[in-house]
Amino acid sequence: MKNLEDLEKKINSELTTKINNTEIKHNQIYIEVDKDDIIDVILFLKTNQDTKFRQLIDITVVDYPEQNQRFELVYLLLSHEFNQRLIVKYLIAENEVIPSLTSIFPSANWMEREVFDMYGVSFKDHPDLRRILTDYGFEGHPLRKDFPLTGHSEVRYSEDHKKVISEPVKLEQNYRNFDYESPWEGTKYIKEEIESNDKKN
Amino acid sequence: MTKKIKNLNLNFGPQHPAAHGVLRLILELDGEVVEKADPHIGLLHRGTEKLIENKTYMQAVPYFDRLDYVAPMNQEHAFALAVEKILKIDVPIRAQYIRVIFCEIGRILSHILNVTTQALDVGALTPSLWGFEERETLMTFYERASGSRLHANYFRAGGVHQDLPKGLEEDIAKFCETFPKIINDLESLLTDNRIFKQRNVDIGVVKKEDALDYSFSGVMIRGSGVPWDLRKSQPYDCYESLDFKIPVGKNGDCYDRYLCRIEEMKESVSIIKQCLAKMEKGPIKSLDGKISPPPKTEIKQSMEALIHHFKLFTEGYRVPKDEIYTAVEAPKGEFGVYLISDGSSKPYKCKIRAPGFSHLQSMDYLIKGHMLADVPAVLGSLDIVFGEVDR
Repeated sequence: MKNLEDLEKKINSELTTKINNTEIKHNQIYIEVDKDDIIDVILFLKTNQDTKFRQLIDITVVDYPEQNQRFELVYLLLSHEFNQRLIVKYLIAENEVIPSLTSIFPSANWMEREVFDMYGVSFKDHPDLRRILTDYGFEGHPLRKDFPLTGHSEVRYSEDHKKVISEPVKLEQNYRNFDYESPWEGTKYIKEEIESNDKKN
Repeated sequence: MTKKIKNLNLNFGPQHPAAHGVLRLILELDGEVVEKADPHIGLLHRGTEKLIENKTYMQAVPYFDRLDYVAPMNQEHAFALAVEKILKIDVPIRAQYIRVIFCEIGRILSHILNVTTQALDVGALTPSLWGFEERETLMTFYERASGSRLHANYFRAGGVHQDLPKGLEEDIAKFCETFPKIINDLESLLTDNRIFKQRNVDIGVVKKEDALDYSFSGVMIRGSGVPWDLRKSQPYDCYESLDFKIPVGKNGDCYDRYLCRIEEMKESVSIIKQCLAKMEKGPIKSLDGKISPPPKTEIKQSMEALIHHFKLFTEGYRVPKDEIYTAVEAPKGEFGVYLISDGSSKPYKCKIRAPGFSHLQSMDYLIKGHMLADVPAVLGSLDIVFGEVDR
């Protein structure tokens, strides 16, 4: 399909029950699906003659810690044939296990490993779900919003032990998080007060 | 009598000159034939994405220099484009030309490094000596424009940080005249070189279908005969108005990829020439005071400029709630930024899609059945830089 609107219609008519929402924004199509349908949807998008999204560009997660369904899985797809980009998304709760795409796209292997490493989302039927970017023996999932920027442990060479040891992070000075949000409107708590007053009025 | 022979496990790296950085490659060898390759990456992981979430949009730019540190400005470009699209601001035409010139310089920088070090890996020392001299010249151009040879921090949402200094355009034009000869010299050393061909032809062959399945991009996919270049297919900035060709390989082996890179350098020179010819005087960044800082002289005169300056360098500009994926054709392939903004002055999420990550992933598929000595050749032609793979 040459045209984004046609493609949107096509996807909606072919996958009616599986698509929750579609939207065209920034010359890309955003599709929301359910967790259980992801394999079917991706397989359709990859193989159908009118879509041909032959390339998986990336898999990533967005963390919204305040929501019940905390993680949003994002799949970025590209169709060379029709020169289009498509984004598939769905929400999951913290401990949900989701289907792996490795059987459809071999390149999903490392992308899913990265998601597992950074966010702690597990994949079903993944051939080799290990950590990838963080150190051997690392604990925690760094890209979660509740993981501190400084991390939990730091490593140094210890002259006593004659080896590299890991110990809890000790900061010489407290981590400084300047609130520059708005020097005019005041700091965050004042701003919130003003906003709540505005709502009342 | 039969004897059971155990396969040998070998650590290739993390400290190996042909590992192109800090790659720990665990190879399973049957004699000299590689049965399995398991790359361990992350030794250069610095948590770029996490850091960017904690910085303002302007402060995030320098992190992009440190990804693929061989071609820093190409990465900045992807981020700048993403922010510009969300903010819906236009980039002045002169800034577009400047950005394209420096992206193409980055492409030449990266390709020189790759071609010559790949030659080094398979035994040719001279190309790297010749090539690095040219890289030095190009990095002085970087320095004269941005003040820094490597970590430029030059592109901004809405344009570039400052205009080119006097004389730089002429010097880049001069370079464009002399550089094609250097490419020819490099080619005379390598293209028909018997040893270089023996080491590269039919090594690490990627089939078209596999190139798609393994998410290859850039030279890796063009070497296999897929004519796909984001500068042509999804043009950004002023690429649409420029005339250039996309070199495509036939066999998808290391040698074809080398040839693609050489041709691409020639195209880059022609792009730079066209830009220099078309460039006119004019503004180099968005004139919207809410996004680009005012000139220093104005700060002394105008109250509004002073306020803008103060706001930009404390809070930074706010970006409305939105999400976007933007990709550029970096020298190594499709470099993308998936940016989610939440209306504040810091990105909510910034996922960086590095081409090298998916290329290195295919190491096992590429090297299976090859000899141990082919590992550096394949690794060299993948064009891996660990800054972007590990992020």
